[in-house]
Amino acid sequence: MAIAATQAEPATEALLYKGNEALGEAAVRAGCRFFFGYPITPQSELPAYMARRLPEVGGVYLQAESEVAAINMVLGASAAGVRVMTSSSGPGFSLKQEGISYLVGCELPAVLVNIMRGGPGLGNILPSQADYFQATKGGGHGDYRLIVLAPAGVQELADLTGLAFDLADVYRNPVIVLGDGLLGQMMEPVRFPALRPAPDPPDWALTGARGRPRRLITSIHLAAEALEAHNQRLQAKFARMAERETRWEAVETEGARLVVVAYGTASRIARAAVELAREEGLPVGLLRPITLWPFPAKPLAELAGGDAARFLAVELSAGQMVEDVRLAVAGRAPVEFYGRMGGAVPTPREILEVIRRQLGGDGR
Amino acid sequence: MSVTTKEKVLARRPDSLAPAVTHYCPGCGHGVLHRLVAEVIDELGIAERTVGVASVGCSVFAYDYFDLDFVQVPHGRAPAAATGLKRARPDLVVFTYQGDGDMAAIGTAEIIHAAVRGERFTAVMYNNSIYGMTGGQMSPTTLPGMVTDTTPAGRDPAEIGYPFLVAETLAAQPGAVYVARTRLGDMASIVKTRRALLRAFKAQLDGEGFSMVEVLGSCPVNWGMSPSEANAFVAREMVRHFPLGVFRDGPATPPAVAEADGGGGRGTGGNVSAARGTGAQRPAQEGTGRGDA
Repeated sequence: MAIAATQAEPATEALLYKGNEALGEAAVRAGCRFFFGYPITPQSELPAYMARRLPEVGGVYLQAESEVAAINMVLGASAAGVRVMTSSSGPGFSLKQEGISYLVGCELPAVLVNIMRGGPGLGNILPSQADYFQATKGGGHGDYRLIVLAPAGVQELADLTGLAFDLADVYRNPVIVLGDGLLGQMMEPVRFPALRPAPDPPDWALTGARGRPRRLITSIHLAAEALEAHNQRLQAKFARMAERETRWEAVETEGARLVVVAYGTASRIARAAVELAREEGLPVGLLRPITLWPFPAKPLAELAGGDAARFLAVELSAGQMVEDVRLAVAGRAPVEFYGRMGGAVPTPREILEVIRRQLGGDGR
Repeated sequence: MSVTTKEKVLARRPDSLAPAVTHYCPGCGHGVLHRLVAEVIDELGIAERTVGVASVGCSVFAYDYFDLDFVQVPHGRAPAAATGLKRARPDLVVFTYQGDGDMAAIGTAEIIHAAVRGERFTAVMYNNSIYGMTGGQMSPTTLPGMVTDTTPAGRDPAEIGYPFLVAETLAAQPGAVYVARTRLGDMASIVKTRRALLRAFKAQLDGEGFSMVEVLGSCPVNWGMSPSEANAFVAREMVRHFPLGVFRDGPATPPAVAEADGGGGRGTGGNVSAARGTGAQRPAQEGTGRGDA
């Protein structure tokens, strides 16, 4: 076994960490001992952190020749039954899509990080949320779903990374941690949990057929009946995820006439705007999805059936999550959108102006 | 009066092969190559810690025919998946089984960088100069003049280049410790192929670095030949473009050491034996500047 015993490392006091590095430390503490990646801004501190940190705990960091190779190294390591991670940003994450589809088809767990940057194409290295569709609507080929976790700060980057490894193992499905350039680069205090040992290989892992029948991990099922049955099983699993794993945070939504919906970096700015609006006496609340898939449609529907007369989605994109908000609200209230693109980030005052316009006249 | 006959087993199915009927076409060499790999795994006694990585192409179903743990991976990516497996559990013996389309086209980057890093797995390549599973299209190793579905007038090197010399390319990487090219088609060649596979797996067990065997074989159906004609084509034509031999056999060598030892730069140092046999007949060696020297 490559996994060396390591001295116990207890939970930490609050430490000042950069988002990308906090993500790496959280992964190590969750029992991740293998990282395969390729350099790309604005997530490069994460692989660099893993290159330093993993050898200390008997793990392996390997820089792949491409994003395509990296995701398939993840596939191989996952097939061997270890906790494994890769990370990238926009263009590189696009290259991983084929491998992600295979991971799902093979029912292999892994944690995949996308620290989003401006696109399309090479775009730029500034924060963006324009990869929402790619993360939540499939991205690769075939019918599949991934749990997508959307942290809004450095502590949550750490917490959700630990959760991502557990969810990936529970469902034998990859989990995406979806951050952006701002979250990856910012520094905030963070407390890490105690270091967990790398878990033993699960009973499906490829460890050599010693004293047991051979095991096969594959995504190919040639007969229509077989592939349909495989898909039905996967869909039942996705339904269980949707049932059990939807997460969100509601801020001052009780009695709010306008509910702002935002995640990640956009939610931090939206939260500041909502606070400013409340100071003016405006009945505004914030609903922050923590899982983008499964999307918190139910709480939104309940708000739409209650006091909320309007919804406002705020994103660092041309409007992607807003489609899920509209599906959840289902025509019971108007859903407006405000977004900036290409790395532009709105100010709280900018969003406050939109809130005021939305609530003009009958809002109070 | 009863006669007692003492049975003598001359040949039997290797333990590492599953009792399955393969889907391979009549005359195809995959079945023979599967058997050779299985025999070597049996001989080394490593079946219980071996994991195979199946590629995409005719041999995608290799996992049905080997009685071993197996994972099936995306087209061309077997060397990357094997890297992940072996890095995660170095105590495993890991091998990929790939065709020329998988390894020499879509998976070129993965196989070359596995050799560059000196990954401790064994790559087995069945080179039959054509995409078989998809019905007979040109592959990177299709011979000049060879007619395929996508080269109806024959492969024209002036238009689309010469066959890709995979073994030579990988042997040039200092991380490779054993790289050979053999062929199927007759008993002597099959025995040599088995010997090469044994050496390749032993190199992995010794933890020395990357090992690879490229095996020339036929595709009678897509070549439009009978099995015996196809075997003759391998022996007569394929070897002209793909010289047989051991291209590297020795410990992984950093380039600086090779230069100091051999004076001739990497690839010509003491660890590298030149290709034997028919290599001189290759058009590739007549100064076409394709970087294969």
